[in-house]
Amino acid sequence: MSLGVTLPAVRHVLAAVALLTAFLLLAIAALLAPAPARAQASASDDVERGAYLARVGDCTACHTAPGGSEMAGGLPMKMPFGTIYTTNITPDPDTGIGRYRLEDFERAVRRGIAPGGRHLYPAMPYPSFTKITDADLRALYAYFMNGVPSIHQPNRKNGVPWPLDVRWPLALWDAAFTGRRFQPDASRDTEWNRGAYLVEGAGHCGACHTPRGIGFQEKALDNRSDRFLAGGPVLDGWTAPSLRGEPGTGLAGWSTQNVEDFLKTGRTGAASAFGSMADVVQHSTQYLSDPDLRAIGVYLKSLGPARGTPKITPVANDRTAAALHDGDLRKPGAAAYVDSCAACHRTDGAGYAGVFPRLAGNPAVLQSSAADVIRIVLKGSAVPATTTAPSSFTMPPFGDRLDDQDVAGVVNLIRNSWGNQAPAVTAPEVKAQRK
Amino acid sequence: MAGVTPKPVDAVIVGCGWAGSILAIELAEAGLKVLVLERGENRDTFPDFAYPKVIDELTYAVRGKLFQNLSRETVTIRHAPGDQAVPYRQFGAFNPGDGVGGAGAHWSGVHFRITPDELRLRSHYEERYGKAFIPDGMTIQDHGVTYDELEPFFDKAEKVFGTSGQAFRVNGTVVGGGNPFEGPRSAEFPLPPLKNVYSAELFARAARGLGYHPYPLPAANASGPYTNPYGAQMGPCNFCGFCGGFGCYMYSKASPNVNILPALRQKPNFELRANAHVLRVNLDSTGRSARGVTYVDAQGREIEQAADLVILSAFQFHNVRLMLLSGIGKPYDVATSQGTVGRNFAYQNMGTVKAFFGPDVHTNPFIGTGGGGQAIDDFNADNFDHGPLGFVGGSPCWVNQSGVKPIGGLALPDGTPHWGAAWKKAAKDYYAHTLSADAHGTNMAYRDCYLDLDPTYRDAHGQPLLRMTFDWKDNDIRMSRHVVGKLTEILKSMNPKAVAVSVKKPGDHFDTRSYQTTHLVGGAIMGSDPKTSAVNKYLQSWDVPNVFVIGSSAFPQGTGYNPTGMVAGLAYFSAHAIRTQYLKHPGALVPA
Repeated sequence: MSLGVTLPAVRHVLAAVALLTAFLLLAIAALLAPAPARAQASASDDVERGAYLARVGDCTACHTAPGGSEMAGGLPMKMPFGTIYTTNITPDPDTGIGRYRLEDFERAVRRGIAPGGRHLYPAMPYPSFTKITDADLRALYAYFMNGVPSIHQPNRKNGVPWPLDVRWPLALWDAAFTGRRFQPDASRDTEWNRGAYLVEGAGHCGACHTPRGIGFQEKALDNRSDRFLAGGPVLDGWTAPSLRGEPGTGLAGWSTQNVEDFLKTGRTGAASAFGSMADVVQHSTQYLSDPDLRAIGVYLKSLGPARGTPKITPVANDRTAAALHDGDLRKPGAAAYVDSCAACHRTDGAGYAGVFPRLAGNPAVLQSSAADVIRIVLKGSAVPATTTAPSSFTMPPFGDRLDDQDVAGVVNLIRNSWGNQAPAVTAPEVKAQRK
Repeated sequence: MAGVTPKPVDAVIVGCGWAGSILAIELAEAGLKVLVLERGENRDTFPDFAYPKVIDELTYAVRGKLFQNLSRETVTIRHAPGDQAVPYRQFGAFNPGDGVGGAGAHWSGVHFRITPDELRLRSHYEERYGKAFIPDGMTIQDHGVTYDELEPFFDKAEKVFGTSGQAFRVNGTVVGGGNPFEGPRSAEFPLPPLKNVYSAELFARAARGLGYHPYPLPAANASGPYTNPYGAQMGPCNFCGFCGGFGCYMYSKASPNVNILPALRQKPNFELRANAHVLRVNLDSTGRSARGVTYVDAQGREIEQAADLVILSAFQFHNVRLMLLSGIGKPYDVATSQGTVGRNFAYQNMGTVKAFFGPDVHTNPFIGTGGGGQAIDDFNADNFDHGPLGFVGGSPCWVNQSGVKPIGGLALPDGTPHWGAAWKKAAKDYYAHTLSADAHGTNMAYRDCYLDLDPTYRDAHGQPLLRMTFDWKDNDIRMSRHVVGKLTEILKSMNPKAVAVSVKKPGDHFDTRSYQTTHLVGGAIMGSDPKTSAVNKYLQSWDVPNVFVIGSSAFPQGTGYNPTGMVAGLAYFSAHAIRTQYLKHPGALVPA
């Protein structure tokens, strides 16, 4: 065929197809090529690197059931269409992934397709994992094949009724919503790009922190959209806040060092990890290297505010602090606050640096939904124990001590004192959360 | 019963209190496979000490929920050899600990070192006052270690505990309003002192007014948020007044649970088995080497745990009892004064003065912190001339207001009726207008104050109870009366409406109903001579070199200061010797 007589647009498309084909062929060749002798000598390096990347990806969070064997699956995940159970990804040949070739592993992790063509539910965050580089994927494969103890544990049958359990519609979902390979941004430095790679790729932060669309897909998968990491849906009863640069509810008030400290230790001078993020710190981010944590901090701090967020910066004032300090308990919630909260969080809401979190100006307190704050007041919360910060400070539950009206009062006081401003809650909303 | 045999470990540690936890983390850091066996239950700030349930005076201070269960195991007590010893079944004089954290979880937090002279008490008194000054039968001894050797480890302990205080002199230079009588310091305290409650302020002013030298009590109750060298963190003390006898819900009272265990738990070579009651140390056929221990697990099975190194850190009198039950060292025989295990058992010697004020002096005694307050050392140790007085020893004096609570706390002037309208009026008049001061005195060691195994009584496992033969002696009663007299003058100078003095009278006997602190010491004492001590300066048994006995059991006699800081310093000193000397060349560290 002569390219010279076709229309310019078609010429471009054909050129692109040719390039893409060449690229694909090269990529497949690279994947299928036998590992050179030098690479085999560093196979144990690959296992170690793979172990590190598995920490970044927090594979264990879903693939290890509470009290279960490492990576042997069995964790129930409640989906809108039924309960699914995570799979055994130990190298057991019969019940795990021991028979996977590298290309099987690649298709599953980066494209959500198991051997035999069955599509995985995107509870497996392959839309993010698609960004993992080939070299990193090889290392992960080496780890899962050689670094994880083999456990014989058959996968549990999912509790999804027919016809909701057919998988082929996922092919359509994938075509519409899956992202692309990671492409470094040449206008940014190496550190930023490392942060982007970790956050958008294996770290899959968007799986919790990005809002979801009508197909329950993440509305954005990378930093080209201001919806990326703009705050996620309710998952496991917790709401992941925006990691973008909004004042008040986002990370505008946090420094890069704060982000590093939070991921490494679960605590900063002002904030403490809770809910699902406590598990993430415990099993994943506490093990990241300091340069990687810093890169994540640099990347996150580069994200501007999401569209439509009010540009109000909370202004501190000491009216509530003065009143509580002087024993003026007329405001609803004041007595409960002084009796149950002030010893740790102080009448000025400042907490104690690194020990008891600050409530004044704390993004977790300022979210438009008060559900997380109510849940913590009712049930308590523990900071994760990490290797470098092993103290697991634990707030006790106050659901027994405070009735619905007290809880509503104290939550409203916390969310609207010291310069805090956030929507009020009512006793029936508290009651609904006691279940 | 059929046994289960766990894998051998490098070091097995008996008891998870301060001493056991310090040895555990030091040896785990050195790479040893460390197993701690704790007879009591697992405990942690959450859920066991959570607010608000922990601020329950009846459960904790009165019924002693955190203390040893005296119905299953206790000690028998008698005043003199030849008397019938009977079991101590109600908490009174002392409150032995239990569970993970031990008494270290529910102590008050006063954290001292030791005075340099008390480390060589006999030599010092002989040098200054002559050999004849020390009466026959008073078996006080030198420790066999110097203050300078221990100083770096006192410093380390303070940094681990997050002790709040004010130094007087650091490296020879005066730095602030601390205790001018303190032993030399190489560093400031890791945290500034706790604020004074009003009672402590009044005491400091009155003491200064009489020419004494008040200083802030060194307190292991953090005055602010703190991170210790292990990365473990503390919260700030909020003066809640529920300290001694209680676990701390603020993470601010130093304890093994807050200060050491979080870091220990991160180490894969550390294991803790709670509900594991050690019956004895097992020796080999020569009797000079330990093979490990036998313990009873939660299901009642007897388990043999093999180990290369055995650390006894089960509290003062349990250490001694375990040595006696295991055949480690020669038991002390009061008839011949021969033998070392059980000798030199001593205690603390308390006197208390209360001042009652009018309605315009608000002492608010419900506010308190376990270790905080103001103290003077002018009548402690040998800081005053004993020559004309004719007794050995002294007492630091202080107002240490740790929180007066409704059931235990209603002190009233002498002569107030114990019930009725007059009692109610006095309670109203004086509750918020009273302060209390203590003389926390030394108690010397005597030939006939000792520990051995009781011939009659046994514990729930069928093993003989430890028998305490103990009584107050004239020397210590005279000392206490002298210092309490001085303390009374200080309180009277505050111009109260009345004072009430509680002090021993000549001839008074040890009354187990009256609280005297849990500062029991001795029984496995340290020294430089294996004929008169059970362990050497590194707390290593002279008789069985792979057994170390850590605790106040090592003190040859009572000190004026609270013992925990000295116990911690000795524990770090011993751990250092194990790490730098013993592990390289297992065997006796000091030639016998």
